[in-house]
Amino acid sequence: MLKLYTCILCPNGCEIRAEVGEDGQPAAIAGHRCPRGEAYVRQEICAPLRNIASSVLVEGGELPLCSVRLTSPIPKARIFDMMRLIHAARVPAPVELGQVLIPNALGLGCDVIATRNVGEG
Amino acid sequence: MTQTDKDVIIIGGGPAGLAAAVKLHELGVRDILILEREHALGGILRQCIHDGFGLTRFSQTLTGPEYAQRFIDAAAEQGIAYMLDTTVLRMSAAHAVTAASRKGLHRFNARAIILAMGCRERTRGALSIPGARPTGIYTAGVAQSYINLQNTMVGKNAVILGSGDIGMIMARRLTLEGARVSAVFELQPYPSGLPRNVEQCLYDYDIPLYLRHTVTNILGDARLQAVEVSEVGEDLRPLPGTQRLYPCDTLILSVGLIPENELALDAGVLLDAHTGGAVVDESYQTTVPGIFAAGNVLHVHDLVDFVSLEAERMAEAVKRYLAGEQAKPAIAVSAGRDVAYALPQHISGARDALLTFRPRRPLRDATLRVLQDGQAILTKRFPRMLPAQMEQALLPAAALKSHNPVEVVIGDA
Ligand SMILES: Cc1cc2nc3c(=O)[nH]c(=O)nc-3n(C[C@H](O)[C@H](O)[C@H](O)COP(=O)(O)OP(=O)(O)OC[C@H]3O[C@@H](n4cnc5c(N)ncnc54)[C@H](O)[C@@H]3O)c2cc1C
Ligand code: SF4
Repeated sequence: MLKLYTCILCPNGCEIRAEVGEDGQPAAIAGHRCPRGEAYVRQEICAPLRNIASSVLVEGGELPLCSVRLTSPIPKARIFDMMRLIHAARVPAPVELGQVLIPNALGLGCDVIATRNVGEG
Repeated sequence: MTQTDKDVIIIGGGPAGLAAAVKLHELGVRDILILEREHALGGILRQCIHDGFGLTRFSQTLTGPEYAQRFIDAAAEQGIAYMLDTTVLRMSAAHAVTAASRKGLHRFNARAIILAMGCRERTRGALSIPGARPTGIYTAGVAQSYINLQNTMVGKNAVILGSGDIGMIMARRLTLEGARVSAVFELQPYPSGLPRNVEQCLYDYDIPLYLRHTVTNILGDARLQAVEVSEVGEDLRPLPGTQRLYPCDTLILSVGLIPENELALDAGVLLDAHTGGAVVDESYQTTVPGIFAAGNVLHVHDLVDFVSLEAERMAEAVKRYLAGEQAKPAIAVSAGRDVAYALPQHISGARDALLTFRPRRPLRDATLRVLQDGQAILTKRFPRMLPAQMEQALLPAAALKSHNPVEVVIGDA
């Protein structure tokens, strides 16, 4: 079966066509401008991964929030579990860019890290 | 009122202003000052907390604040001077700049001025949607600032008008924050943002995108209660009898950005009706000598990487200007068939020029042609072109045949 994908790994957004066999394995992949696209489609077919960005509440900071991201993508199906964890978190100021705020989040092997500095308020 | 002389005044401390400052410093131009209206450097990127920036400039995917911080750190390391909470009020063709801060008015005389004021969002007023005027209607950037900077949720049940990148990114952000986004409506027959955002911001969260649709009425007294949506025809006008009601408490507008150019007009800088930004040459110099522009104030960019790169190229030209190079705009560049706009609008012919353009509609197997004296002096193929995606092509000075005007055209297969 021919399946169409849009690679999300860079702004080019290549349209990638994959011929997927009855065993669910891709037989032929075409349309990617770089090898990352092929790897992306293989991953999409078996277990899609996404990175997410959000913010964590800061206590005693110059700002109420500190923006965060994950250090590596997680299974798509776990996004809302991750959001619940991020919502529940509170961190004391100061926060430094790159600081690990939640280590090994949900046991998925990725950390939630700060993407900005937040000084004390 | 204080009065200060500077080599270069940079208006705006966003990615364009910062990249220009850092590059100028590297090139040995040290007497520079950034004037920034907000309480922090970084511009609009401070609120763009999602990732996807930096692949072109840093070969690494970063979030907006991380990307901005790299330039803020570089500027701090070089000791580049800046003033925050300082708004430029006026600028003259003779390079006098007047700014206001809480300390009062400041007057600067600069040898060169860099415009890096970014852009602002088109609002409901610019669209003239009929109906009531309840609360709950936000532009995408304002909603982004509320949620990401001020920790204020804008609503529970949203509809988005316009498929610009910021609107789609806000659709995902609202969904992650627990709101319901029932649909995105786009007037044009194609999305106005990047395909990757349609995929990862809408389809990942089962948010439907309706092309050829627009909001035709707004209902609600104090708070928004519903929007009426209609299909549009070939002429983009609503088709009678296609109205449907979408209950919602929030309407997010992502319907375009306009370069912030009131100051430029003050100084007599000529603007391009298609970009909304200044008319420039290949050195990013406007029609007023010594006034330069880069970033969103020049034309709306979808990717900050290209903003930084443009500002860095401009900084090199500013350095040449300070060293005495005179601009001799000689060759007019115009946007022809299927080209929405092309920059620069005129070139000297003495240097290679990086052409930046957007197609008017989505095209496959498209060929860019630069024509002069009826001949193609540059040809470049593109497998796909989208209005959402800015494209570039280098026009070598050696390719020019004469000083006659040049036309940029696109043809498809
Ligand atoms: C709401 C929004 C969201 C965006 N999201 C993304 C995104 O997710 N990813 C991406 O790659 N690109 C995004 N962009 C595109 C954007 O083009 C760039 O990322 C980049 O921020 C543009 O840089 P800039 O320096 O030209 O403008 P800006 O970042 O807007 O910076 C302009 C600066 O000038 C200051 N200023 C304006 N007028 C004055 C004045 N009179 N006096 C003093 N200071 C002044 C402003 O306060 C501001 O700090 C977004 C744009 C907008 C408007
Ligand atoms: S295939 Fe490569 S070039 Fe194409 S979108 Fe994916 S990462 Fe970008």
